[in-house]
Amino acid sequence: MFGWEFPPHISGGLGTASYGLTRGMASIPDIEVLFVVPKAYGDEDESGLKLIGANNVKVAYKKIFYKGETRTFDKIEVKSKIIPYTDPDDFWRMTREEQNKNRLFVEADDQGRIDFTGGYGSSLIQEIDKYAIVASIIADENEFDIIHAHDWLAYPAGIAAKRVSGKPLVIHVHATDFDRSGGNANPVVYNIEKAGMDAADRIITVSNLTRETVTYKYNIDPAKVTTVYNAVEPVGGVYDKYDTKSIDDKVVTFLGRITMQKGPEYFIEAAYRVLKVMKNVRFVMAGSGDMMERMIRRAADLNITDRFHFTGFLKGMDVYWMLRLSDVYIMPSVSEPFGISPLEAMQSSVPVIISKQSGVAEILTHAVKIDFWDIDAMADAIHGILSYPALSKMFIEKGREEVETLKWENSAQNVRNVYLDELN
Amino acid sequence: MKGVCLFFGLHQPLRLRRYRFFDIGNDHYYYDDYTNETILRNVSEKCYLPANKLVLELIRKYKDKFKVSYSLTGVLIEQLETYAPEVLGSFRELAKTGQVEFLAQTYSHSLACMGNKNEFIKQVNKHSQKIEQYFGVKPVSFRNTEMVYSDEIGSWVADMGFSALLTEGAKHILGWRSPDFLYCNNINPRLKVLLRNFQLSDDIAFRFGNRDWSEWPLTTEKYATWLKKRSKDAELINLFVDYETFGEHQKAETGIFKFLEALPGTILKKTDFSFMTPAEVAKKFQPVSAVKVPSPISWADEERDLTAWLGNDLQDAAFNKLYSLTDRVDGCNNESLRKDWEFLQASDHFYYMCTKFFSDGAVHQYFNPYESPYDAFMNYMNVLSDFEIRLDSVCPENIENQEVINMQHKISEIEEELNERETEIRILRARIKSMTVSTTSSSVKTGKTDTRTKPASVKTRTTTKTKRTTSSKRK
Repeated sequence: MFGWEFPPHISGGLGTASYGLTRGMASIPDIEVLFVVPKAYGDEDESGLKLIGANNVKVAYKKIFYKGETRTFDKIEVKSKIIPYTDPDDFWRMTREEQNKNRLFVEADDQGRIDFTGGYGSSLIQEIDKYAIVASIIADENEFDIIHAHDWLAYPAGIAAKRVSGKPLVIHVHATDFDRSGGNANPVVYNIEKAGMDAADRIITVSNLTRETVTYKYNIDPAKVTTVYNAVEPVGGVYDKYDTKSIDDKVVTFLGRITMQKGPEYFIEAAYRVLKVMKNVRFVMAGSGDMMERMIRRAADLNITDRFHFTGFLKGMDVYWMLRLSDVYIMPSVSEPFGISPLEAMQSSVPVIISKQSGVAEILTHAVKIDFWDIDAMADAIHGILSYPALSKMFIEKGREEVETLKWENSAQNVRNVYLDELN
Repeated sequence: MKGVCLFFGLHQPLRLRRYRFFDIGNDHYYYDDYTNETILRNVSEKCYLPANKLVLELIRKYKDKFKVSYSLTGVLIEQLETYAPEVLGSFRELAKTGQVEFLAQTYSHSLACMGNKNEFIKQVNKHSQKIEQYFGVKPVSFRNTEMVYSDEIGSWVADMGFSALLTEGAKHILGWRSPDFLYCNNINPRLKVLLRNFQLSDDIAFRFGNRDWSEWPLTTEKYATWLKKRSKDAELINLFVDYETFGEHQKAETGIFKFLEALPGTILKKTDFSFMTPAEVAKKFQPVSAVKVPSPISWADEERDLTAWLGNDLQDAAFNKLYSLTDRVDGCNNESLRKDWEFLQASDHFYYMCTKFFSDGAVHQYFNPYESPYDAFMNYMNVLSDFEIRLDSVCPENIENQEVINMQHKISEIEEELNERETEIRILRARIKSMTVSTTSSSVKTGKTDTRTKPASVKTRTTTKTKRTTSSKRK
């Protein structure tokens, strides 16, 4: 299995999803997982799987079996826009870096290992390329039956592994560039994605929404595309550790990267409408991203900053704390292939409002579903949940029940079915 | 003599518009006129008008051998008045034949029987008046909203003077007994209870057009043989269906109108059943026993209970909130409030909040203008919040406010009295003036008394004013 991130070194849903899925697979006796990430830090949770860091694989004296795709990469100009997940620091660094990467350099250290940052820096495309090279070596050295590559960053690695081993390739589409870019896909990324999908024997998408994108925008035969919904790790009593809030005001939370994909501007507008009518409510925008400054300016424009708070990027357990303090969780994503975070909110007994343009809306019944642009409906839903106790009680109870049924074991089982289908 | 009682229930909900919380306190109009009109026109043209035309023809053809009964909710009648008066016209024509019985029910298709007894009685009376006004006959039979019935509800209905009541022949209340006989209320045996034969009724209402049904296609001949089979152990077959079955739930293409057209002829020819109205049934047959229904039943879903409308947290919260306002609505005489109050009671609103359809019930989804029960609840509660604000402004909630209002009433009464006295004084003074010999000195004298009385009246006014301030201080 080729991934890009693995907990605790994650920046978004991709890492969470591939980790959850791997854990789910660990519960199935006849599956062994060999998980490859570009950079292994050594502190990952390796229970139930074998983790390989591409940075620890020696390549210097190996015959490199990698051709065909190189030419594509040679032409790549790295622009910040193509970066899928990024925080403002990275973004700042990237946009100020002089870049001239018309050729593929593969640097190895004195032991023949290639260094990976494992992040989403400006050398991303180069890293993907390096990753593919190492993948072909890993494929040569290890025994396996099927290759599973998570998202476009790992597609070239998957393709390379397939070429070397001749084993079937399954690619897992957690998002496409149409989701990340708000409709204007970057042609370079598109090409990598398209190549991956064409080369794949089977494609797994995280929702029917994404499945549509894959079949229509990438012109893929629907017969080889299967939807397997994500799930959520049970948390047990993790939320009880945190204090409940000490203010009487109701708290409405947006939690995620503040980027166009996540629809933060709609959240602000809805907040403004609610604040016009309700007094005892506060809004929190937790996270960071390239639209954060614009959002702060907008909140100031609307003169709601006394009731609208920005937390910046929340690290680790602070996320749980934030959820614990919330009375409503809202995900107004413009385009969300799946969206695990509402499930986490439901686990922590928070009613959720999600956009219809999210994959998770396909499986949730106990959530308010609105169009991301429908600010009135959003405001109305916030008001409804805060004003009518019976409603939030129902959402909390039913939501918890519902989210308990969404288990990674089930998702893993469905992935296994796809494997078996392909292998037999 | 065996009877078939053919009853058609009619209702169309008055759907609420998308009522956002911004509207609360600002906009007091709650209804989605466009949707209501469109659907009503549609149903009128597809169902009510052609079905009424057909029934009228059948009555003319079979003379006094064919009889039917109807019940139209008040909500429907009001909508027909606005959007499709010709349907009411066709019903009046049916009424004139004398072969048609119109039943009483709750005015707004409400579940008032579960919320407030007085409100229930009020609504039934209002509905009876409306029916009498339109069709010239005071109803003597009763059917409750969604056939909701219990011993207690039955006793109220009996006390109101009705002789027959229609409800569901639910299996769990009947046990081994057959619905095909006349029963009576368990508390007051004077009320006859007609129980729906749901098997035969649903063959028409639900299964008629279903091609996967083993009995499809259903012909009147086949139907008559089923009746015949039953007739050994039956006195009375009650076929209660929604009128919208004809042309709406079962589209005209399924042949449902042809079925209805041929039904009376086949039944009269092939079986020993004859058509009767509920009132006739109550007169002709003797009840075989009392039917015991301790907790309410309805004709909905597999369970035949009230869980489609009441029971989940959302429904209960909304329902309890609604009926907690009863006394205050009764207390203030405001026609427009009263009207909205009635419409808000319609059971449809609670039906939309049903969460059962997450697991079962394509039926629920079919009738639902909302995307989810949560959606329905939010919209309804927003409307109800606005309604409460209006109610507050007309008649305030707590006793202290009530006292203030009472004080204000008293003050205005006193002021009126003062005004009366003043005019009296003026009249008397005029008389004195005319009685006294008109000299210049005397006229000056009266001028003086004039100035003397005025300060006195001002004084009384200021005392009332201080009264008012003390009362507001208390608040």
